[in-house]
Amino acid sequence: MALDARIPSGPLDQKWDRCRSELKLVNPANKRKYTVICVGTGLAGASASASLAELGYNVLTFCLQDSPRRAHSIAAQGGINAAKNYANDGDSIFRLFYDTVKGGDYRSREGNVFRLAQLSVNIIDHCAAQGVPFARDYGGTLVTRSFGGAQVSRTFYARGQTGQQLLLGAYSAMMRQVHEGRVKLFPRREMLDIVLVDGRARGIIVRNLITGQLESYSADAVVLATGGYSNVFYLSTNAMSSNASAIWRAHKRGAYFANPCFTQIHPTCIPVSGHCQSKLTLMSESLRNDGRVWVPKDPADKREPSQIPEDKRCYYLEEKYPSFGNLVPRDVASRNAKEQCDAGRGVGGSGFAVYLDFRDAIARNGVENIEDNYGNLFQMYERITAEDPYNVPMRIYPAPHYTMGGLWVDYHLMSAVPGLFVLGEANFSDHGANRLGASALMQGLADGYFVIPYTVGGYFAGNEFGKVDTSLSAFKGAAAEAEEKTSRLLAINGKRTVADFHRELGMLMWDYCGMSRDEAGLRLALRKIPEIREEFWKNVTVAGAPGEFNQNLERAGRVADFLELAELMVRDALHRKESCGGHFRVESQTEEGEALRDDENYSYAAAWEYTGVDSEPVPHKETLQFENIKLAQRSYK
Amino acid sequence: MNFVLMVWRQRNAKSKGRFVPHLVTDISADTSFMEMLDVVNEGLILEGEEPIAFDNDCREGICGTCCMVINGRAHGSQHGTTVCQLHMRAFRENDVITIEPIRAKAFPVVKDLVVDRSAFDKVIAAGGYISVDTGSAPDANAVPIPKDDADLAMDAAACIGCGACVATCKNASPMLFLSAKLAHLSLLPQGKAEWRTRVLNMVREMDKLGFGACTNERECEIQCPKEVKVHNIGRMNRQFLLASLLERIR
Repeated sequence: MALDARIPSGPLDQKWDRCRSELKLVNPANKRKYTVICVGTGLAGASASASLAELGYNVLTFCLQDSPRRAHSIAAQGGINAAKNYANDGDSIFRLFYDTVKGGDYRSREGNVFRLAQLSVNIIDHCAAQGVPFARDYGGTLVTRSFGGAQVSRTFYARGQTGQQLLLGAYSAMMRQVHEGRVKLFPRREMLDIVLVDGRARGIIVRNLITGQLESYSADAVVLATGGYSNVFYLSTNAMSSNASAIWRAHKRGAYFANPCFTQIHPTCIPVSGHCQSKLTLMSESLRNDGRVWVPKDPADKREPSQIPEDKRCYYLEEKYPSFGNLVPRDVASRNAKEQCDAGRGVGGSGFAVYLDFRDAIARNGVENIEDNYGNLFQMYERITAEDPYNVPMRIYPAPHYTMGGLWVDYHLMSAVPGLFVLGEANFSDHGANRLGASALMQGLADGYFVIPYTVGGYFAGNEFGKVDTSLSAFKGAAAEAEEKTSRLLAINGKRTVADFHRELGMLMWDYCGMSRDEAGLRLALRKIPEIREEFWKNVTVAGAPGEFNQNLERAGRVADFLELAELMVRDALHRKESCGGHFRVESQTEEGEALRDDENYSYAAAWEYTGVDSEPVPHKETLQFENIKLAQRSYK
Repeated sequence: MNFVLMVWRQRNAKSKGRFVPHLVTDISADTSFMEMLDVVNEGLILEGEEPIAFDNDCREGICGTCCMVINGRAHGSQHGTTVCQLHMRAFRENDVITIEPIRAKAFPVVKDLVVDRSAFDKVIAAGGYISVDTGSAPDANAVPIPKDDADLAMDAAACIGCGACVATCKNASPMLFLSAKLAHLSLLPQGKAEWRTRVLNMVREMDKLGFGACTNERECEIQCPKEVKVHNIGRMNRQFLLASLLERIR
């Protein structure tokens, strides 16, 4: 099948207007005849549920948490970008668009990214109107700060809890629709499958996590906003329940998975401290506004950081990238941290950490200013490490954080399965090979508030919909398959725990498909993953029974999916013999060790089609057209 | 380090629960409380026993999933800290640690330490929002908000909805949670239009769901992991009184 991204022709700044004005409309009175299923209640899912319901559609909203307010968007700290140019520093929609495409190392779609930059402005307006308590100046206007990959100040924030506040805004808007009766909420449900009728997405099968029973729901369209898959690495900044199961199972039903190897390793996380570690905690990128990253010049210098004089410190980011300094994009900052540690200059007990030092900022701006801007982050750091970052520099190290890859979607955010829309981190569309800081919140909300309400309407108005209910054989069959998989997991009764397999897979992925990748390592991983998967299905032990609240069973299902997805990630990384953004192939680098793209051969999105667990997936290529930006070697010097 | 855990085990909402001892040996002081429970559960699973069910998710103190009662205190005794940010260095060698679920009529036990807090969502649905449809907002700088008001609103909005206030209160009152949302919204000019219906609807919903009311003992403030202040409850009571009077007059 040829991929049609349905990007409108015409000038860049008119594409979205054109798309909107050409989409057919659903009469307001007819909207209530349509039902949309929305899976996931993070920024994208909650905002989509709210705005679709405001239009009059019936929305069925599902999440696996006990409350939709707990989706992992809540943990985003630093901020949200918008081309408001309130700072009068030369920002514009084009500049945000340009920075985002460049930051993504020219592996995203121009049309999508420009639309994102256009909508960024509306997001801030809407969120302020909802009562999101953004940081303000004494005159009462909004203030901004800078994030990586940009030379303007365009990041709006609510202390170090921007994701929380934006999510509570979207959650509240959705709860207003629950009150109105237009959104029906189903918490503690995990999606196990999507159901296709006549080739279109018409429903889902979920497991009720409290009762353990399977439930089927039908609708006219299905929206997945289920987040990313960083937990394939076992240790990541994602929440414990973050998983790939919804998108993976949709992939198995025909949705293409695009650029799965594009994963982001975030440079500023609290380093691993012991073998019981279950997850890693991010320290917001906003800290790089004021914190300076350094290591001792001499690897043998094991003095306390405060005892190391200025001339014995290496501020490697400032030295190597004078114009962006500590605010280089995440992929660049991460790779440089790894390079320093690999060269023996790492600090802390493990040697896998670098300093992020606020000494100079505190001397310049005062403790109060720093506390005002980053208070909760400093407190979080202190809780975890028992060290006071006001007096001792933070120790940080990169960790898996975000996945740019995801289900392939067209300009309308529809996947290769008609009627299946994918929003937010779960899709692949806007961040190319590397996401800039403060762009995830922007994308999730743009998709949910301002894109999907239009494109779903166009889909409904342009197609005929017969009545579908859950008594159809397609629903029964999908439910039976899900049931069978559960029974199989519980029947194995092996000798290793689910977490043990997850840890093994994660370490393998971190070593061979993490911050840097090479042919030999990827080939090794490609051999090992099916072995681990095979052992999993023979030797895992899952506690408890199916028909009850069973957290171990939930996790087993997710790890089983990671064991399949991991293989696709490795295949994708192996086939893309260039470096770009977060995908760093050791074989393809500049003399200075920066990622070296191969535009001639790899200027496309790779969308993989599923063909079976043990058979090779088929790649489809969507060539990326650059009409407004000249491709260049990314430079942050 | 070594500990004895006395953990509340309860199969489901209908069955009876009881405290069951679990031994924890050789745990590093830098292990987090959740990771310590992970280790216990790994052991239980390998022995063919039921692991302890406990809610947790972000493990960085922001999602509000993990509230449980440790030695009689919601989230344990470390000030301004969620369970997931609590580390074993906060305990002493050979401590006996009791762990139990939040106990409140409005939060029935699901299993072991897991409770159903959907009553909080119902309280929010009753009015915890500013009624603005997508697409109708003016420019974000069109409505200036004094920094002090914005900061106070943010202090209140920091609530993570974990239920520690309910767990701590002898009346199982959610008024710290409720008043934080009311303060956040009513301190902002955008939220002023609906303040009367909001406070009336949310408080009435709270009563309907079987929560208790506040009798000013302030334990909630001490146990709140996000340090939300009780002056919000004062503001809420004033608003509720005024709104009730205005409702009668009209």
